[in-house]
Amino acid sequence: MAEIRASFFVECEELLESLNDGLAAMEDGGGDGETINVVFRAVHSIKGGAGAFGLSDLVNFAHIYETVLDRVRSGDFTPEAADYLTFFSSADVLSDLVKASRDGDDTGAAINAKVLGELQRLEGGGEGPAEEAEVEFVPTILPLDFEDEDDGPGQVAEVTRVRFRPHAELFQAKNEPLFIIRCLEKLGKISVVCETSEVPDLSARDGAPGFLSWLVSFDTAVDHQAINEVFEFVADICDIEVSAVPLETPNAEDASPSPSPDRPDLAEPHRLENPSPQDEPTELKADTTPAAEPTAQEAAPMAAQKATVRVDLEKIDRLVNLVGELVINQAMLSQSVAASGIPANSAVAQGLEEFMQLTRDVQDSVMMIRAQPVKSLFQRMSRIVREASASIDKNVRLKTSGETTEVDKTVIERLADPLTHMIRNAVDHGLEQADVRAAAGKPAVGTVSLSAAHRSGRVIIEVSDDGAGINGEKVLKKAIEKGLVSQNSNLTPQEIDNLLFLPGFSTATEVSSLSGRGVGMDVVKSAITSLGGRVSISSIPGKGTTFSISLPLTLAVLDGMVVEVAGETLVVPLNAILETLTVTDTNLKPLGATGNVIEIRGGFAPLIDLGVELGYRGPKERYQGAIALVIGHEDGSRGTLVVDAIQDQRQVVIKGLQPGFGDVRGIAAATILGDGQIALILDPITLAKPDGSAVTGREPQLQMAI
Amino acid sequence: MIENSSDQSARSHEMLSFSVGGQSYALEIMSVREIRGWAQPTPLPHAPAYVRGVINLRGTVLPIVDLALRLGLSEVEVTERHVIIVVHVGAQTVGLLVDAVSDILTVSGEAMQAPPDMPSGATGSFVEALTIVDERMIRILNIGALLPDVTQDAA
Repeated sequence: MAEIRASFFVECEELLESLNDGLAAMEDGGGDGETINVVFRAVHSIKGGAGAFGLSDLVNFAHIYETVLDRVRSGDFTPEAADYLTFFSSADVLSDLVKASRDGDDTGAAINAKVLGELQRLEGGGEGPAEEAEVEFVPTILPLDFEDEDDGPGQVAEVTRVRFRPHAELFQAKNEPLFIIRCLEKLGKISVVCETSEVPDLSARDGAPGFLSWLVSFDTAVDHQAINEVFEFVADICDIEVSAVPLETPNAEDASPSPSPDRPDLAEPHRLENPSPQDEPTELKADTTPAAEPTAQEAAPMAAQKATVRVDLEKIDRLVNLVGELVINQAMLSQSVAASGIPANSAVAQGLEEFMQLTRDVQDSVMMIRAQPVKSLFQRMSRIVREASASIDKNVRLKTSGETTEVDKTVIERLADPLTHMIRNAVDHGLEQADVRAAAGKPAVGTVSLSAAHRSGRVIIEVSDDGAGINGEKVLKKAIEKGLVSQNSNLTPQEIDNLLFLPGFSTATEVSSLSGRGVGMDVVKSAITSLGGRVSISSIPGKGTTFSISLPLTLAVLDGMVVEVAGETLVVPLNAILETLTVTDTNLKPLGATGNVIEIRGGFAPLIDLGVELGYRGPKERYQGAIALVIGHEDGSRGTLVVDAIQDQRQVVIKGLQPGFGDVRGIAAATILGDGQIALILDPITLAKPDGSAVTGREPQLQMAI
Repeated sequence: MIENSSDQSARSHEMLSFSVGGQSYALEIMSVREIRGWAQPTPLPHAPAYVRGVINLRGTVLPIVDLALRLGLSEVEVTERHVIIVVHVGAQTVGLLVDAVSDILTVSGEAMQAPPDMPSGATGSFVEALTIVDERMIRILNIGALLPDVTQDAA
């Protein structure tokens, strides 16, 4: 049971995703008739599943939501922009409720009063908010044995509705629905609607009746026992469903009876009788994922659904590790074959060559398994935008593109926090207030765009807004105030923009509920750096600001340069190296007693001896002839690391170091080389900090400033 | 590879005994994963002196702790005959460099004595109990205390 429950929640995540997708498509006007069906089905399936697990909060809310969506589906109600906001918020509430149910805390129910009110207003056909806080939805389906209903007729606020759906046999037995309905009429004033939506095209019809159903609404509460008696003759050849519904709804029906047949609580008798969603039984069985995280890669609901398998993440990780071993093993094998002097044109060497090719392919494919589209992440961000803009009263729209771009799952997970921060910043600081926007001739609705794309083996994620851009003067003033830069420093606009990444920097003059607490872009930056990524900023005054994050596709392998320092083999991530050069008499300049700088095309970069920095040896007397790796920093400054020799450039599998042993500054991880030896992977950005303090200092703030 | 075959009776403990710097030590056999020969480790920069470095243990990066240095005994030249005991403690797997592995002992709970209070010395805090086997004193190690904790290593 626990397994099915877990898979239900996984399912919910997917359903919520397609719900959000569908809503977005509808809001953009791009949705067709199928879109609303997808949206409706998503909510309905959640309700169905929730019913099976007795999650009454979830069922209640989903029911109301579903009812409203059903009105949209039937064309009875055309949502406007504000209504979509309600729909999105409702999806958020639904997602909260799902989470609350999953984690077993029931605090979620309290937060949705406002959304609930909105929904109920829409549910009631715009006749104002409902009296009751929550519709008491009790799916009082009558199974075919007629027992007393829980809802007694004594409750004045309820009326009775009967759903009557004769089976084909009912007609074959020459029963007449009309007579039954007439009998019902004797119990109270009724209105009857015949629902024909399930009647197929005449051409497709196989002659069997049973597609029609009737909905009988009493205008008062009627004793269910009396209704059951009416159906006594035909009980086993029709579906009957007697339910009590709150009073406010029939009022709407008096004016226009059409909404009632579309009430989903009545419209789907089969589903209600068996609350677990009927259309997903196979998925429920096939599921093996205990975690509630969505793992399947779902195609866009409008596109054809690809067949997917849900796999436990641990299994994938195991596979990734094994393939890593395979790659190492293969390298070791190659090396020993080469060492044994087997000629390159021999069958062994050629077979090994093919083997190498295959391992690489296998590795790539396995890495692809871990990759996930960023869509789920983007959807979370659209919620952030909604909530953030609502809390500070700005009208903001999130545009996303490239949602299908695939990134390693870990990257996606660890990107959520920094991205949230950046989105909030864009909404809060980036976009101006509506009146300022109007004065600048911009549309009242601010736009925040979020895009993802693959570019030369990396993933580029951009967050941009069409706000005022970065106020360079204000930033500089603030930075001077906070002592982050000196009074008379002469900075380029680019450098000023980059001041935002300094720790403890926040330009918002007023601390709002969203941001401005001084925990800012520096945290974003260090989070992204820890993922092997970089973040850069560009801003055009009056036009907006763009943050661009560049990330590696995977965290499991990296392209590295294998270097030798004092007899030790080390790996430097290739993406950190701008260029390599040889230290000569002309470009090496001493600075101070022990320091050296290297002149690179008119600029100077500090020279840092890796051997000294890592404690392998003392400083050399002469650096001439050594190799220097030029390391670029985010702020555009450079540093050089001196190594003895460059051995190779290759892809290496990243192996984590155990905490306690691996917290060595400047060492990011380790890898296993072809000969089975371990080589350390450097964190060159930390090592080559241009301020020189890296050589001696191990102060924690250095790590913050990366 | 040593199989975990001991019964989990609370009264007697199976111990792996070994020698470090001429002294006899032992540790709970359940925490031992395997015993392997010496391999040249890759040194870790800025690591404590007793951390010899890391080796490749079938694809995992295994830190090697020189037990003699960790216990404050004199440093010895490492030879081919030295042995690494791979132990698993908590979430960590660590290789302990020892001179030689001696025996597997079954020590009853009563035979283990708390170590007497000693003037502060490096070895003291790592020894959990003392016992006598064949007229030799065996020092039973508290492995958890041997490993560097994360905060300590930050300096």
